[in-house]
Amino acid sequence: MSKICRTVAGALVVASMSFSALAVDPAGMVKSSKGPVSIERGGQKLLAVVGTPVLPADKLRTGPNAAVGVTLRDNTLLSAGPDSLIIIDKFAYESSDQTGNMSISIRKGTLSVATGKIAKKTPESVDFNTPTSVLGVRGTEFVIEVGEGNDE
Amino acid sequence: MSNFKLPVCLLALLLLAGCASERVVLLPSADGKASAVIIRDAKGEVVLNQPYAATVRRIDANSTYQASPEEVKARFADALAAQPVRPSSYVLYFEPGGNVLTAESQVVLSRISQEITERAAAEIMVIGHTDRVGSADSNDALSKKRAEAMREVLIETGVAADKIEAVGRGERDPLIPTEDNVAEAKNRRVEINLR
Repeated sequence: MSKICRTVAGALVVASMSFSALAVDPAGMVKSSKGPVSIERGGQKLLAVVGTPVLPADKLRTGPNAAVGVTLRDNTLLSAGPDSLIIIDKFAYESSDQTGNMSISIRKGTLSVATGKIAKKTPESVDFNTPTSVLGVRGTEFVIEVGEGNDE
Repeated sequence: MSNFKLPVCLLALLLLAGCASERVVLLPSADGKASAVIIRDAKGEVVLNQPYAATVRRIDANSTYQASPEEVKARFADALAAQPVRPSSYVLYFEPGGNVLTAESQVVLSRISQEITERAAAEIMVIGHTDRVGSADSNDALSKKRAEAMREVLIETGVAADKIEAVGRGERDPLIPTEDNVAEAKNRRVEINLR
C-alpha cells in the first residue's frame, strides 16, 4: 500500500513539475533556422527548428555555418550568425498593457537586434550583455560581435 | 608581497579581457527615427547615436569609429540574413454595436489570412476595442466578443487555433479620445498583430 502511495505521489510530483515547466510564458519563437542550431534548457539539448518556442533562461547555440532568428513576444527580433552563444537571461511581457523587461546576453559570435515594444515603452527595462559591457537602448537596431568569447 | 599580487592579478584580468574583442555597430532604424545604443563598462560609457557609429574594444581599451554598410555586411551578413520577417499590424473596423465588419475591412481580412500563410511559424494577436457608447463593463464584453469573432474567422480560413491569442481592451484605448457615450467608428475596431 505504502509503495503504491509513494509511486502515485512520485508520479504526481513529476506531473506537477512538468506542468510548472509548461506554465512558464514563452519568451518567443524560432522563426528561421539554418544548419545546426540548438537550445539548451535545464540540462537538455533541443533542436531549434522553425516553430520551436524559446523560454526564459534558454541558451541558443549555433554551429559553424549556422544561423538562427527568433521573434520575442514583444516583437523584438534577435538573430545570430555562426558559432554564437546567446542567452535569454530574463524575459517578461504583459501583452495587454505592453509592459515587461528583458535581459539578453551574447557570450560569443554575432547577434543582430531590432528592439520591440518593451524598449519603446520602457527603454530602461531592456539590456543586452556582452562579456565586458552592458548595452542600453533607445528604439534601436544594432549588431554585436564577440570574438574569442565565453563558451558557457 | 601583497603589493606585487595586485598588479599581477590586474595584468591577468587585462589579458583575459584582451582575448575577447567586442564590437557594436548602430544600424539605421527601420522607421528612420533617431536611435541610440549606450555601452557601459567598468571604465564608463560610450554613446552611439548616428547610423553606423561603432565601438570596438581590444585589450581593455574602447575606440569608436564610423563603420560602413560594407563592413557590417562583411561581419554580420549571416546574422542579418537570419533576421525574422518584421511583425506587421492591421486594424479592422466594425458596424455599430456588434461584431460585423465594414465592407473595407472584409477585404483587409482576406489579405491578413494570406499573409499568415506566408509567414514562418506565424503567431497572431487579436485585440478588440469599442467606442464609449454603453457601460465600461458591457464594452469589455463587446471588445472581447469582437476579438473572439475575428479569431473564429481566422480559424475558419485555416489558421491553427493555438497560434491565435484574443484579448479585449474595452473602451480603454481609443484611437480617437471622446466623451462618454459618443459613437466613434474609428474606435470600434480590432487590431491584428502578426509576428
